[in-house]
Amino acid sequence: MGIVLIGERINGSFKDVGRAIQEKDKTVIRDWVARQATAGANYLDVNMGAASRNPDDFAWLIQTVAESTTIPVSIDANRLDMFSIGLKAYRDTVGERPVLINSTTAEDSKLIPLLEMASEYKASIIGVVMDERGSPQDVDRRLELGGKIFAAALEAGLSTDQIFLDPIVMPVKFMQEQARNVLNAIQQMTMLSDPPPHISVGLSNVASKTEEKKLINRTYMVMAMAMGLDAAILNVCDEEMMQAIATAEILLGQEIYSDAYLKAYRQKAGGTQA
Amino acid sequence: MIPDTKKPWGGRIHLVTIGATQADGGTRSSTVTIGGSATLPFLEFEGQCGRPALAMEVWDVYPQDWPDLLKEPFGEALHDPARWAEACCKQGADLICLRLAGCHPDRGNRSPAQASEAVKQVLRAVPVPLIIWGSGNAEKDNDVFPAVAEAAAGENCLIGTITEGNYKTLTAVCTAYKHKLISESPCDVNIAKQVNILAQDMGFSVEDIVIYPTSAALGYGLEYIYSVMERARLAGLKGDRMLGQPILCDVGIEAWGVKEARVTDTEIPEWGAQRHRAPLWEAATAAVYLVCGGDLIILRHPGALQAVKKSIAELAGSSAAATQA
Repeated sequence: MGIVLIGERINGSFKDVGRAIQEKDKTVIRDWVARQATAGANYLDVNMGAASRNPDDFAWLIQTVAESTTIPVSIDANRLDMFSIGLKAYRDTVGERPVLINSTTAEDSKLIPLLEMASEYKASIIGVVMDERGSPQDVDRRLELGGKIFAAALEAGLSTDQIFLDPIVMPVKFMQEQARNVLNAIQQMTMLSDPPPHISVGLSNVASKTEEKKLINRTYMVMAMAMGLDAAILNVCDEEMMQAIATAEILLGQEIYSDAYLKAYRQKAGGTQA
Repeated sequence: MIPDTKKPWGGRIHLVTIGATQADGGTRSSTVTIGGSATLPFLEFEGQCGRPALAMEVWDVYPQDWPDLLKEPFGEALHDPARWAEACCKQGADLICLRLAGCHPDRGNRSPAQASEAVKQVLRAVPVPLIIWGSGNAEKDNDVFPAVAEAAAGENCLIGTITEGNYKTLTAVCTAYKHKLISESPCDVNIAKQVNILAQDMGFSVEDIVIYPTSAALGYGLEYIYSVMERARLAGLKGDRMLGQPILCDVGIEAWGVKEARVTDTEIPEWGAQRHRAPLWEAATAAVYLVCGGDLIILRHPGALQAVKKSIAELAGSSAAATQA
């Protein structure tokens, strides 16, 4: 089944996408749908960033993505009303199809209503291990909050396959000790149940403000995969990143080796295009 | 609440249809579809299980070195591929595997035109789909394949084999004449995957391939093949499209090559009557492959065919098929 790759590029924080949202320019969005599909994305993250706070714009963006691909969407927002608008816009466009809620925290005020929405829309959900007290600084707190989200999601009727826990990757430049804490948390989260929930990270945070972004992202990705990470929000159009992931899957015994495994990986990726 | 911890397979074995009826541009009275399994063999309570198909082997020349016991059921028909194929159909073969043994430089070196004629004769004689197998000499096969593929155009045959070192000609020919392809690998799951990737790289669909991880007779390394087949099948069920193909087992040629099948009653009396022993060796070999994912089995002896049919019916738990066998 392999790793779940969530393409990060349809985000209003990128200048071209932000402008496309404001000008309702579908061609830019469709181009990023196609490029990420070809690269092998399993989900397409859709986030308005700072480009707009208008729910109508979010509905437009989700419709635009959904109507141009069969790859499921990851609805990425903060406000509860944005999620309900996003999920409804998605279902109105494509009917019942897999969809990912990105994301809830462990705060009851978010967790409870979002799990209700996940249940109603048969959606998967990412649970980020933070609460009213903020982001955890150690392994134990990450596990405690991960366990809380996991239990609540099972109670709400989700299957382990629909639950993604995010141990919160932090910038190595400013919080160097957290890089190792997150790796340890990933390893322990895999022991929450059998089969375990998915474990996902927002990868690019680790390299924030560094000068070797691609190298740091890529190295951290394969280290995290070795600990049990099986999902990530990342730049799927980074060819070196994708080759490193394909190689890590071989080295971890998740894929059967063949001399042309990189070719197979590219063929597989191209095959998912709508 | 107790969560559902059942882990589903992410993939399904590709469905491969062999043969074409008139509606699809061929002349077969029916087609054979293999694959489609959504779980391990015969675990029908867990998901859909593809039903294995059985082919019988016919040669384009008289099989000089076959044991008398194996020649006996076919008699004079062994001199004529068409009559031989008819006899196999009477026994209940789902398909005919025409092995172009006579094209081998050491075994008559028959020409591409002669090979094509044999293909046409068999197609005219029987209504079932056809597997066409080369002589095993790569250079000669590359001369023969284009001609036989053209002679069988429209019939959606299964033709083999391609290997890591020799795949371009047959892959191109099967693309051009719309036949299915057998990809061969020497008891090696990594190479099995590699050959499929190479074929796909030439634009051939991996959904139109049947994999042949080579076969071995019972007592002669069968367990190595078993574990390769098992690994390939597990990967296919987990969603690896490059190993999601149905698996072919060439059983007759292996079983009838070992001494347990060839030794006569007088040579080693305590082994029991060859008449029973030899077909049983073939059937027992096939039965092992059924349980590790064999989807298409090639057999030689009518007695083995009946026994394997019975095994399939019993494993599949189908009373209707059991009666038939």
